[in-house]
Amino acid sequence: MTQATIIRAKAQGERTTVRVLMAHEMESGQRKDTAGRTVPAWFIREVSVALNGRPVLSAQWGPSVAKNPFMQFVLKGARPGDRVAVSWVDNRGVTRTDEAAVT
Amino acid sequence: MSTRREMLQQGAALAGLMAGLGLLPGAAQAAWNAAAFDADSPGELARVLGLAAPVESREVTVQGPEVAENGTAVSVGCTSTAPGVRRLMLLVEKNPNPVCAIYEVGELVEPSITLRVKMAESSLVYAVAVTGDGRVLFARKDIKVTAGGCGG
Repeated sequence: MTQATIIRAKAQGERTTVRVLMAHEMESGQRKDTAGRTVPAWFIREVSVALNGRPVLSAQWGPSVAKNPFMQFVLKGARPGDRVAVSWVDNRGVTRTDEAAVT
Repeated sequence: MSTRREMLQQGAALAGLMAGLGLLPGAAQAAWNAAAFDADSPGELARVLGLAAPVESREVTVQGPEVAENGTAVSVGCTSTAPGVRRLMLLVEKNPNPVCAIYEVGELVEPSITLRVKMAESSLVYAVAVTGDGRVLFARKDIKVTAGGCGG
């Protein structure tokens, strides 16, 4: 079960600031549980962003990205009402896609 | 508990499905590059990715705090003013997996991305930019961490 990615995309003229907050443990693979066993790595490793269905940004992530990842970037030329979709795939093959309108 | 092979197959099937739906740009369809994420310097990262030798440049900057009180989430930015930037990468030298992110930046995105990363200890943080004509530029910043973010 995955939780929704929170997406805020605010246009100011030609620049649209996009803030993305994903819900994910991002387990580094370095941590040990109370019994001393290493907790296996579990992290988002591919992220992609589409504007009105057209890919604009993609990424590969490592386990060094913080828990509940937050990222921010600026889109050029987006207009209020345009759709920003953010997808992720983790190293267990779980995926999630969420979408928000530019305001 | 599925085997590694099964997980890889599921992941590949999923990526194929997403590509079919137009959700993944070309670059993201490439397999996740495990070797790249172990690189602990811009030079090593560029070598693993088959890129030119990186050059320190004022056309790239790392944004971040001088001192981070909490290493579990440090906001770090990577910005380049160089023309034609296609790729931005972030690397925390002292982390067990130093490379945090490899971004493929499309034409509609400004070459400036902020991400919250873990920092195990005080470290140099590198931002690396790759331009369309193959230049590899980097900048670094020393960030002090008073409580680490990777261990127990």
